[in-house]
Amino acid sequence: MNEFLQRADLVGLAAATLLASTPLVLAALGGVMSERSGVVNIALEGIMLTGAFMGYVAALATHNLWFGVGVAILSGALIAGLHAVLAIEFLVDQIVSGTVINILAVGITGVYYRTFIQQQNVAGPGTLPVWKIPFLANLPVLGPIFFQNQFVTYAMVVLVVCVHLLLFRSVWGLRTRACGEHPLAAETAGISVRFMRYGNVMLSGALGGLGGAYFSLQQVGNFLPNMTGGKGFIALAAMIFGKWTPFGAFLASLLFAASDALGSRLQFYGINIPYQITSTLPYVLTIIVVAGAVGRAIAPAAVGRPYKKS
Amino acid sequence: MRLVLHWLRQALVPLLSVICGFIVAGFAVFLSGANPVDALVALFQGAFLERNSVSETLIATIPYIFLGLAVAIGFKAGLFNIGAEGQFYLGAIAGTYVGYSLHGLPAIVHIPLAVAAGMLGGLGYAVIPGVLKARFGAHEVITTIMLNHIALAVSDYLINRGPMGDPHASAPKTPFIQHSAELPILIPNARLHLGLLLALAAVPIVWFLIERTTVGFRLRAVGLNQTAARAAGISVGWTIVLVMAMSGALAGLAGADEVLGVSHFMPPTFSVGYGFDSIAVALVARSNPWGIVPAAFLFGSMRSGAGFMQLQTQVSADLISVVQATVIIFVAAPVMVRWLFRLRERPAIPTPLAAQEGAAV
Repeated sequence: MNEFLQRADLVGLAAATLLASTPLVLAALGGVMSERSGVVNIALEGIMLTGAFMGYVAALATHNLWFGVGVAILSGALIAGLHAVLAIEFLVDQIVSGTVINILAVGITGVYYRTFIQQQNVAGPGTLPVWKIPFLANLPVLGPIFFQNQFVTYAMVVLVVCVHLLLFRSVWGLRTRACGEHPLAAETAGISVRFMRYGNVMLSGALGGLGGAYFSLQQVGNFLPNMTGGKGFIALAAMIFGKWTPFGAFLASLLFAASDALGSRLQFYGINIPYQITSTLPYVLTIIVVAGAVGRAIAPAAVGRPYKKS
Repeated sequence: MRLVLHWLRQALVPLLSVICGFIVAGFAVFLSGANPVDALVALFQGAFLERNSVSETLIATIPYIFLGLAVAIGFKAGLFNIGAEGQFYLGAIAGTYVGYSLHGLPAIVHIPLAVAAGMLGGLGYAVIPGVLKARFGAHEVITTIMLNHIALAVSDYLINRGPMGDPHASAPKTPFIQHSAELPILIPNARLHLGLLLALAAVPIVWFLIERTTVGFRLRAVGLNQTAARAAGISVGWTIVLVMAMSGALAGLAGADEVLGVSHFMPPTFSVGYGFDSIAVALVARSNPWGIVPAAFLFGSMRSGAGFMQLQTQVSADLISVVQATVIIFVAAPVMVRWLFRLRERPAIPTPLAAQEGAAV
């Protein structure tokens, strides 16, 4: 029990939580922007997988991790663009079109993984460097948690604030929210609902793509098929639990990440539950949250409804 | 004659979509540096021309018929059951357990028992998201995907040196089921089993259920307009739970059938993406039970030929996911197909799944 409470352990747990929350927060932020503009985005899982793959391929080809990060962001935005075209232009049901992106991402990354990655013997590009912020990194407790991270995690923390400002303190955000709540009224006020929805879905894809870079370029330094493992869907639950706000999504993601980090550490703590069962902790929590939070959390009024100017 | 024409017209968009799917996939193969024609030929060869391949293709078709029906029932009620995969696992687990643990039963008793256990396993697992949706408004897309992950972990726990693991086997798996629980083989010297007939029998049953019974009427009413259904005195919550139960029973049946008919034991994972595949099957069939059969045959053929294609041409078997995704795009956006092929006639309006009452994704 003494061991259990040792500070070092809890600091390690907190650091692992922040790390594990990185892709969740980024995808959840993407979900917030997309859904606030009125487009359901269950494609985030596939967007992250695409970002992870494209970012890795780009980094492998150029031996430049930063180029890889850029490509991950760009490819996320592009494949989200396909979701936008299907949902906005062709009025495909947004759940169906999101599912299409998810299947497509599995297929395309699988096919090209085999040709471009699996059969190559080139040394991998490695992982993004750990940046220790001078002075701050040496602080007790806070240092190891917040100031000894890699790029995507730092970017995630900054982006939470940025997306909050964008959504609630800018003209773009006001227009976005108008499109998600009452597109007809927005259109009447001279806002192009179509443009705003395209913009936000692609922004959502860019955030998801950066989240994908976390897996291949920050965490592993390699691409593995299906390496996103359902995190995109957990991020959606975090978005709902966080009531479609950036800070809410951030806190909810931390909760899920903590359950993930805890689940994989329970055995170190001497609690004898099979790892398969403890590994389901985030999934169980997601179900509980989605079931419990929906009654109280209110979605943007027009989310999921196609809008066509008549 | 008019009936045939009507059917042809119904099948036109799905058929053209499939063609588009193969063209896009061929392009993807071309970009990867392989020859798309070779890949397609190998796919076809693997599905139909190799030794026993027709039997294998039919075997691969069976689960898709059950799963396609499972997802289609959900669609009819406006539910997006991505959980077919998890329900498949639970059905397989339950069917396997009854299959190996009961001794000395005659086949005529043992087989129905194991099949019923599989259906119950899937049913029970599907009722969870059903109740969560009906009672709390939790969107079934998220809950069923989470339940899929949990089902995988649970089956890994049970089978990988767990309570259901075979202690004598070197690789993690369950013990073999009793011979009395094995589904009879239809053709000598091949693996094709009774499951095909079960699957084909399920099609008219599901059709009758949806189109000719009060339950089916309620289900379709809920799918078309929940508010109107509620105003007409239909209990929307109950209908949702019932639909998920039926859907889960079919998916569980698919899982049990796979063990009782093909493998005769259960590995920790089947490593086939049944969840997404079955959605593709149901969408291509436009949720029409009769349409499920050709759609399942198409995806069964691809699944069965994909391994051979990967072996022969080094093109990944994941290619069929590209075909699937493209097919779904074109089926779900008939406007696009009609524009591409200059067809007239207005498409039927699809039921919107994303914008439901109480739906929050």
